[in-house]
Amino acid sequence: MKPRHQRMIAIGAGVALIAVAAALVLKAFQGNVVFFFSPSQIANKEAPVEKTFRVGGMVEKGSLRRQADGVTVQFVVTDTAQSIPVSYTGILPDLFKEGKGVVAQGRLGPDGVFHASEVLAKHDENYMPPEAAHALSKAEADRAARSVVTSGSGR
Amino acid sequence: MSSELFRLASPQAFFPVAGKVIPWFGALAAALAAAGLYVGFVVAPTDATQGEAYRIIFLHVPAAWMSMFLYCVMAGWAGVGLALNTRLSGMMASAIAPTGAMFTFVALWSGALWGRPTWGAYWVWDARLTSELVLLFLYLGFIALKEAIPDPVRADRAGAILALVGVVNVPIIYFSVQWWNTLHQGASVSLTRAPSMARAMLAGMLLMALAAWMYSIATALARVRRIILERERDAEWVRLTKEGVGAAA
Repeated sequence: MKPRHQRMIAIGAGVALIAVAAALVLKAFQGNVVFFFSPSQIANKEAPVEKTFRVGGMVEKGSLRRQADGVTVQFVVTDTAQSIPVSYTGILPDLFKEGKGVVAQGRLGPDGVFHASEVLAKHDENYMPPEAAHALSKAEADRAARSVVTSGSGR
Repeated sequence: MSSELFRLASPQAFFPVAGKVIPWFGALAAALAAAGLYVGFVVAPTDATQGEAYRIIFLHVPAAWMSMFLYCVMAGWAGVGLALNTRLSGMMASAIAPTGAMFTFVALWSGALWGRPTWGAYWVWDARLTSELVLLFLYLGFIALKEAIPDPVRADRAGAILALVGVVNVPIIYFSVQWWNTLHQGASVSLTRAPSMARAMLAGMLLMALAAWMYSIATALARVRRIILERERDAEWVRLTKEGVGAAA
């Protein structure tokens, strides 16, 4: 074996070993790398509920309530399986919407309400012109209407 | 064909070839960037949820792709230099690093300007953003380490080891949005499934990505020519080259 082949093998083995080390470190810090916890994880007591943490999911449709002072809002964050009520005083980001992604940072109160100190909007990786989005939501509404009609006629 | 390629591994043979192709890559970069910006800002429609703010994507995504890809190329050259003791490899790695660092910075900066209107924050410590910041430090560390060692052979070796250690960060950046909960959204374009964006938006982004490729090749070659002149300044051929006289003076 020529010296340059030995060096190639040494470099390959070195990079592989570092990759394994990095994988083990990331595995060990798994809990610290996640940016937010889902309502299901909080229900399973996986979240550090005694400290400040972030909860992420969708803003449940129809759950947004605005208080009389105009800056305090209450909404429900859901991952479709579990949900958690959130209370927040402050300015919401422009993309904050019912049915869209959200990440809130704060503490879980003894009453089960998550008191957020910061609310961030999480958008998805889909980009489309407004007409396409309109067509999609219309198709969804039509489907919902049809399923209501079918279940209604079955009665 | 392969003997021709090996001939180009000599700095003396590579120098004039690089000089000849640089204007072509530069012109291609300018033309593609002009086309990409036109498609991105005139042809592409407004996004349904983000409005006009999404148009940062035409700068942000090509820069982020380039920052990761250039690191892999740089580490590849560094590894080849370490294994084969070829002189040009270390110079190529040095030539790529500043362009890679620039694209990493552009990706972070444009991302911050995008994050404020969409997420509501310039910066968050999620896995994607943090690992991209680590990439910037790896680039800067690589440049600084090479500058700190006066002997070019030793500088190349030390830099190569740093570059190869850092290469594990690239898959972490790319897959961070799949492995962990992040605020950053997932990939809109990947090899495994159809892109989740309107066709005109995708066309603008890909044109800008190609422009970034051409720009990177042009700048890396221009930089490697300067490094060749500097390192081979005592060689006969450099003294005979007209530009060599200019650089030595």
